[in-house]
Amino acid sequence: MALTPEQVAHVAALARLELSPDEAALYRAQLSAVLDAASLLDEVDVSGVQPTRGDAPVPPLRPDVERPSLSPEQVLGNAPAKVGTTFSVPKILE
Amino acid sequence: MPVDDFQPVMGLEVHAQLLTQTKIFCGCSTSFGAAPNAHTCPVCLGMPGVLPVLNGKVVEYAVRAGLALGCTVNAQSEWSRKNYFYPDLPKGYQVTQFDRPICEHGQLTVDGPWGEKAVRVRRIHMEEDAGKSVHDGSAARSLVDLNRAGTPLLEIVSEPDLRSADEVVAYLKALRDILVYLGINDGNLEEGSFRCDANVSVMRKGSAEYGARVELKNINSFRFIKQAIEYEVARQVELVESGGKVVQETRLFDPARNETRPMRSKEEAHDYRYFPEPDLQPLQLRAGLVEEVAACLPELPRQKLQRFQSQYGLPAYDAGLLTADRALADLFEAVAARAKDARKVSNWFLGELSRLLNETGEPLSGLRFGPAQFAELLGAVDAGTLSNNAAKAVFEEMFRTGKAPADIIREKGLGQVSDEGTVEAVVDQVLAAAATELEAYRAGKQQVFGFLVGQCMKAMKGKGNPQLVNAVLKRKLGA
Amino acid sequence: MVLDLTLAEAAGQLGAGATSSTELTRVALQRVEALNGRLNAFLRVDAAGALEAAAQSDARRGRGEARGPLDGVPLGIKDNLLTGGLETTAGSRILQGFVPPVDATAVRKLREAGAVLLGKLNLDEFVVGSSNESSAYGPARNPWDTTRTPGGSSGGSAAAVAARLCFGALGSDTGGSIRQPAALTGTVGLKPTWGRVSRFGLVAYASSLDQVGPMARTVTDCALLLQALAGPDAQDATAADLAVPDYTAALERGAAGLRVGVPAEYFGPGMDPEVEAAVRGALRAYEQLGATLVEVSLPHTKYALATYYLLATAEASSNLARFDGVRFGHRARDVKGLRELYARSRSEGFGPEVKRRIMLGTFALSAGHYDAYYLKAQKVRTLIRRDFEAAFRQVDVVLSPTSPVPAFPLGQQTDPLQSYLLDVFTLPCNLAGLPGLSLPCGFTRARLPVGMQLVGRWWDEAGLLAAARAYERAHDFSRAAPPLEA
Repeated sequence: MALTPEQVAHVAALARLELSPDEAALYRAQLSAVLDAASLLDEVDVSGVQPTRGDAPVPPLRPDVERPSLSPEQVLGNAPAKVGTTFSVPKILE
Repeated sequence: MPVDDFQPVMGLEVHAQLLTQTKIFCGCSTSFGAAPNAHTCPVCLGMPGVLPVLNGKVVEYAVRAGLALGCTVNAQSEWSRKNYFYPDLPKGYQVTQFDRPICEHGQLTVDGPWGEKAVRVRRIHMEEDAGKSVHDGSAARSLVDLNRAGTPLLEIVSEPDLRSADEVVAYLKALRDILVYLGINDGNLEEGSFRCDANVSVMRKGSAEYGARVELKNINSFRFIKQAIEYEVARQVELVESGGKVVQETRLFDPARNETRPMRSKEEAHDYRYFPEPDLQPLQLRAGLVEEVAACLPELPRQKLQRFQSQYGLPAYDAGLLTADRALADLFEAVAARAKDARKVSNWFLGELSRLLNETGEPLSGLRFGPAQFAELLGAVDAGTLSNNAAKAVFEEMFRTGKAPADIIREKGLGQVSDEGTVEAVVDQVLAAAATELEAYRAGKQQVFGFLVGQCMKAMKGKGNPQLVNAVLKRKLGA
Repeated sequence: MVLDLTLAEAAGQLGAGATSSTELTRVALQRVEALNGRLNAFLRVDAAGALEAAAQSDARRGRGEARGPLDGVPLGIKDNLLTGGLETTAGSRILQGFVPPVDATAVRKLREAGAVLLGKLNLDEFVVGSSNESSAYGPARNPWDTTRTPGGSSGGSAAAVAARLCFGALGSDTGGSIRQPAALTGTVGLKPTWGRVSRFGLVAYASSLDQVGPMARTVTDCALLLQALAGPDAQDATAADLAVPDYTAALERGAAGLRVGVPAEYFGPGMDPEVEAAVRGALRAYEQLGATLVEVSLPHTKYALATYYLLATAEASSNLARFDGVRFGHRARDVKGLRELYARSRSEGFGPEVKRRIMLGTFALSAGHYDAYYLKAQKVRTLIRRDFEAAFRQVDVVLSPTSPVPAFPLGQQTDPLQSYLLDVFTLPCNLAGLPGLSLPCGFTRARLPVGMQLVGRWWDEAGLLAAARAYERAHDFSRAAPPLEA
């Protein structure tokens, strides 16, 4: 399947990736090739087939009992930008 | 309501925060009011490598809600990821139930001037709440607090069966009351633990085609909901009538201007790319869970309201007030079971008890006396050993101190004398000392009767049962 | 040299008091220092932490409180497993400097078993690759020929084990990332059944395919490591609630009566002839050991590649959304708004192969394409699984080459589509959730290792290990060492 530049731009936006024009062209070609290869699946008859689900025994559900939370140092230790104990981001427009 | 050619058509989505101790997928506390990010862990922070582990209590609460709303409870239900980017959504996706929710196909009966209306509930599903962001006015930034991220939510979706703002408000109130009765939600719109989104469209009467839907998001009071819907319906009707088309969009309600406005930034229509959550197995309810929950379901508000009217002979309005709060209703019944006249009990509840609760602002849960004491007080009034006024004073003392009514009556000397023999003796004494007045009365001066009653009460230091004194005096006077 | 011992032998020596954990750790650290520059197997070494753990192990042993075969043994951890207090990068710039506050469960279990953790091992960035060349920190190199790849994505783990820098390592396997590097470095690597080992703390790529597993120089060593790793976990709802058997109990039972499946679809053209020769040699060896060879067919094999790439990238595109510069990881500077924060942080932090896969996965899930791509692939996956169900009614293990080619030169793989083909033999096993193992079965004329793959029944790692051990006992390549001078 050949992707259009618009499709590539749309997917990049959905994925929050910024592509240079060279990257966009490269990915367009590469992804199209991969999707072409994937079109092999078109020939498979999957009528009546359900998606896979494992059948191993599932553990019991978690009890509603409090577990310790992280300390502020642990929560914010890796934060690139913080104000007090909150994470700071550029203003969100409503 | 605007032009009669059009019918408003509304469906509602309610997000109710569940009153569990911990979050839906991790053991962090859900308690309110902590410092930002104090209740977070690698899981609800969306750190790399973490996995969701489902809180069993959330499932139990979801089943409770489903049964209370007459839903089919699905023995197997599925989890999905809803993918989008937002700072308060740490993983970049929300874990929710898309394909197969835990409950479906229920209904909620709503009473009003229209009579009884069954509003269909399409589905109830479990999902995780997002965090919160606060705008830092000074700098051009927002501050993200993930304490709320991972709080369990029930999403309750109705079919578009609602036809007026009043119906919408009635539905939401009824739904809220049920969830509060079930003990799974605290019903607080203002604080955001019970959130309502309304899908509003209009259609020409007689037409089979639904109009485009506008979503009104997160309006946090019943009054505003009514205003918002009425505004929006009028806006849509006017738009269609003037040849325009209603755009499917999301709008916010501005209470100050009493109008709805489109949300400023909702970029390209959301493509949430739902797919089954690979980190959670499909939920298989354990055998017996539904039966256990069903067995423990409390009587629901509507049933209780109807029963209070039929069983206790209470008018609808009074029954409504008594059943608004489950604990109040339970207390009422406990007192009524020990009392002679349920209506008198009701009067006390809606009168003195309500007054004191409102004045002091204290919660019912802090009441310092129990049904037995309450009933004892009412019994004293019935027996005539306590006047109504005195009883009010005793009640107030009970409310403030929790002392037993008998003790209060004795300490304050509020007991009323209702023993006929004692009263007779006093009346005889008074009459013996009031020869002049007696003569005047016999001569026809009726008002002397009042004076004589007063003398008797004085002699008994005000503790005479007025009705009894009256009766005995009358008898003695041969009147 | 003490590091030539297998893990089991080292454990034996520790038990006999012939050596100490401190001694083993010291020697290992010295060798790492001498060789890691050439191999780039370790991304970081925690010498202080390792020596501390070694001292504690020796003290425990002195008190008679040794915890088991792993107590005191130096191991390495692939850098996509969280290690509390120690930087974990997943081979990416986007996690440079990220210090997790907790251990992965697999890491915690090794610590609880008393193992000494030397440091974090190189990998393809977010496991996307079969050559360790997509690592943001430079490729790892194959100890057998340092101009060649050790395979990927667990390239650093494989190189470290092969070069005797440690006695064993943790890797992870999503489409072959333990088995293929094991094959290219002449070591043993095991991918357990999906759900056998907790994934908590494994930086997720494709959740329904990822598994944590052991890499070492012998089958027995892998069994000992698996013993410590396997089992349910309160922090992973997909880790099966199944008891863990004793993986060494029947390890030596031999191959008499074993039914070995030879999948017709795995022995076609496109394979390196020396690889094919070595693997066919292994088949004959199994016959000599008393096994029966059974031709089986796995008819949906040719769809495995497309199925894998659609499902894996879809799940990965979602799993990698959390890397947004807000709570941890790389954040772009001087951004003018939220959209730009996300787009630039991610674009700067992720490498090209990761971005390519995110794009593919996002597309496969997107509106209008979900049914044709993702959903279809999920159903084809069921058919691939059914192929194996049918095969395991006739055989006990399925034998094939692990990789169609031996270790190839660094810089050779430039076409993504070509590089995806390197995983053809290993992918189906992940799709079906089966346990799979690679062990050495020969060398090419250029003295490059060749590995064969054994795939066993769901939850039967014990049987799989025993089948592998039977071959290894008769054809032991574990003493062959790469020509490295320290």
